[in-house]
Amino acid sequence: MTPYTATGRPEVRWPAARRALADRPALTLGGILVLLLAATDAVSPGFVTPHQLSTTLLYAAPLGALAAGQTLAMLTGGIDLSVSATATAAAYLIAGLGARGTAQAVAVALALGLAVGMTNGVGIGVCRVQPLIMTLGMAGVLGGALTLASLTFTNGVPVVPDAVHQLGSGTVLGYLPLDTLVWAPLAIALLAGLARSGLGRAIYAVGDNPLACRLAGIRVWQVLLLTYVLGGVLSAIAGILLVGYTNAADLNLATPYLLQSVAAVVIGGTSILGGSGGYGGTILGALILTVLDSLLTILNVSQAGKQMLYGAIVLGLAWIYARAAPAE
Amino acid sequence: MGRHPMPAVNLLEVRGVSKRYGAVVALRSASLTVAAGEVHALLGANGAGKSTLVKILTGVIRPDAGTIEMSGRPVRFASPASAPRAGLAAVFQDPSLVPDLTVRQNLRLTGADPAGVRRWLAAMDLGVDEDDLAGDLPLPLLRILDLARALAREPRLLILDEITAALPADLVERVFHVIRRWRAQGRSVLFISHRLVEVRTICDRATVLRDGADVGTLVLAERAEQQIVALMLGPMAASPEALRPAGPGAGTRPDAAVRDRAGGASAAPLLLEARGLAVSGALRGVSLSLRAGEIVGVAALEGQGQDALFDCLAGNRRADAGEIRVAGRTLAPRTPYDAIRAGVVLVPADRVHALLPQRSVRENIALPLYNRAARWGPIDLRDEGARAGAAIARLAIDTRAQRQVRRMSGGNQQKVVVARWLAAGFRVMLCFDPTRGIDVGTKRQIHRLLRDLAAAGAAVLLFTSELPEIPLVCDRVLALYEGRVVRELPARAADEATLLRVVHGLAREEPPG
Repeated sequence: MTPYTATGRPEVRWPAARRALADRPALTLGGILVLLLAATDAVSPGFVTPHQLSTTLLYAAPLGALAAGQTLAMLTGGIDLSVSATATAAAYLIAGLGARGTAQAVAVALALGLAVGMTNGVGIGVCRVQPLIMTLGMAGVLGGALTLASLTFTNGVPVVPDAVHQLGSGTVLGYLPLDTLVWAPLAIALLAGLARSGLGRAIYAVGDNPLACRLAGIRVWQVLLLTYVLGGVLSAIAGILLVGYTNAADLNLATPYLLQSVAAVVIGGTSILGGSGGYGGTILGALILTVLDSLLTILNVSQAGKQMLYGAIVLGLAWIYARAAPAE
Repeated sequence: MGRHPMPAVNLLEVRGVSKRYGAVVALRSASLTVAAGEVHALLGANGAGKSTLVKILTGVIRPDAGTIEMSGRPVRFASPASAPRAGLAAVFQDPSLVPDLTVRQNLRLTGADPAGVRRWLAAMDLGVDEDDLAGDLPLPLLRILDLARALAREPRLLILDEITAALPADLVERVFHVIRRWRAQGRSVLFISHRLVEVRTICDRATVLRDGADVGTLVLAERAEQQIVALMLGPMAASPEALRPAGPGAGTRPDAAVRDRAGGASAAPLLLEARGLAVSGALRGVSLSLRAGEIVGVAALEGQGQDALFDCLAGNRRADAGEIRVAGRTLAPRTPYDAIRAGVVLVPADRVHALLPQRSVRENIALPLYNRAARWGPIDLRDEGARAGAAIARLAIDTRAQRQVRRMSGGNQQKVVVARWLAAGFRVMLCFDPTRGIDVGTKRQIHRLLRDLAAAGAAVLLFTSELPEIPLVCDRVLALYEGRVVRELPARAADEATLLRVVHGLAREEPPG
């Protein structure tokens, strides 16, 4: 129960902090990012160098692409638990089909993302399956299919095409990672699309109040379908960047990124209940997580320890947002 | 009322009970006495506080002040479970049976005595196959089953909330038969109903609530209906001042214009026609027509089918039968989108259903502009801003809290819902109680806007729970009662007293039109 004061208004703790998070997420998040960079530089002097910052961007791009799909799903009030499985599957297709030509491999990987997104979208939008269940089931199906497919790869050596490898790990002009050059236009398109397109308006609206959308004539299923299709394609792109970086596909390639994608979105200030937030916050969230990951690595924190921390961040922020949500 | 010999024992005595929700006073001070062996009616217009009082009596909510005594002993209902222990049983408007369980399982679930239930059903000449799923039974039978279950508990006081609402006439007669038997055994009933004819038939006395307080208890004799209506209405002088024009030129209804139009209205094109609209359990063949430039009011008590009527017209629900024509073309809307494309838009009863609480005023107003995939591309920000700006200016929306609609006042929120359709364009506006719970100033603005819209050639169908609004805003009024249009009146003739009689199903003798 929300405690009520004598005036009948819900009591709000830390109103200033909450308003800062709610109204000016970019400032708050930018501040956190700078603090983290400073902390990392203090622990490991010489961290803030062009080379290290370049590496940070390189690491952040796949996460940024994966969290883009997650942002769209969460803005509609849903969630996409199949982003990492889709990315891994796309990575597998690149490695498996790489020998037949880069363009074909990339096209098939993107088509897979499209198909997964379409299935999710039909399940969630048309058949009204809970997003959590739909995408969890989808992740299970994809994971099983990958395990089967991986058996066939033992016969030949999977080859990641050189172009994809370059894309995922190379730089231009000295310090500018190539994968950032893929991420940046995507990010600009998403930022502009969410703020200034009819679909963007519809995505926020569906997340905020699906019933109001229906009464205003918006067919909610169409919005959800397109949202998850975009999410599937973005996940596939993330998988391509990721396999280019690692230069080899394995069954758990993108698995750690699932929790991180949710964490990036939630840190970025997108409401887990949908309807508010945006991709700008998610970009900062992805950068924060990437720097935090470096800091934790320097501090010798194990992968398990990192997982626990990311999980705790998601839970903590979810708690704060749930309390800040408008009372019924 | 001194004329009635006061019974020696009062079974239930409620004194000065009050309840407020935040700033809203639901019950100011209600007192009520039910004698042993009495069928007592609880009456009042919508919002008078009847349901709040029933909820307090059944332990659903707790009163802020006041006392309740049963047989002279004070009782305190802490939860819905404690009312039965004090000897109260209630039958509510919605059947309280689990649809996926059989009748037998339902009875076991609630600890009812199956033999007792069977006995009471037999007393009404009814039988139920106890292996049937509750969800498969027709609604009237479910209500009867609910009643039998309550009777089988052998309570001292039975509370019947609109028990007859969903019942055909023959079942009503059987229910009354049982109630009379119950009374003959010296037990009591608190009978809540909108049907004054029934109240006169079955009840001994009636207590009338108005504005959250009891305004009179009377013995029911011949012609008691008129007395009851007078009590519900209160002194006419006390009717809301706010709804009258504040002065010459204060801009409510341009009367001269209305009269002119009333003469030439038949020449204006028909924008919306409905023929024989039916929805099972709610609408029984409603026909209506709206011409351009016309505001037609719908007056009805709660639950007479107005929700279904508006939902069908707006495409939010499919009618079981009937036809809708918009500007001469048949419309069979499967979603609100279809109705909106045809130019029929809805301002729903609950603002919560219409608004995006976390989004800005502008996004809320622009929402219908993006209801087609063809419009999902880049937004013409200038066009959007101009449309939203014009609607905001026309409705004088206070935009101080415009970044999030949920931070705005109720009246401003309501204006945003209306503004949306000004920006998107429409031919027929369906307004469901658009002025409920908003301040006087905003009410006037909305009245004026509706008149302006009509003057500009739109048609408006307006349901309002505030009857004084009807002569003020409308040209004609349809009275809805039990899913049918029972009367049609010119707005001039629709004073509050007339309307109140009509919506209670009285004065039906004059044919419509």
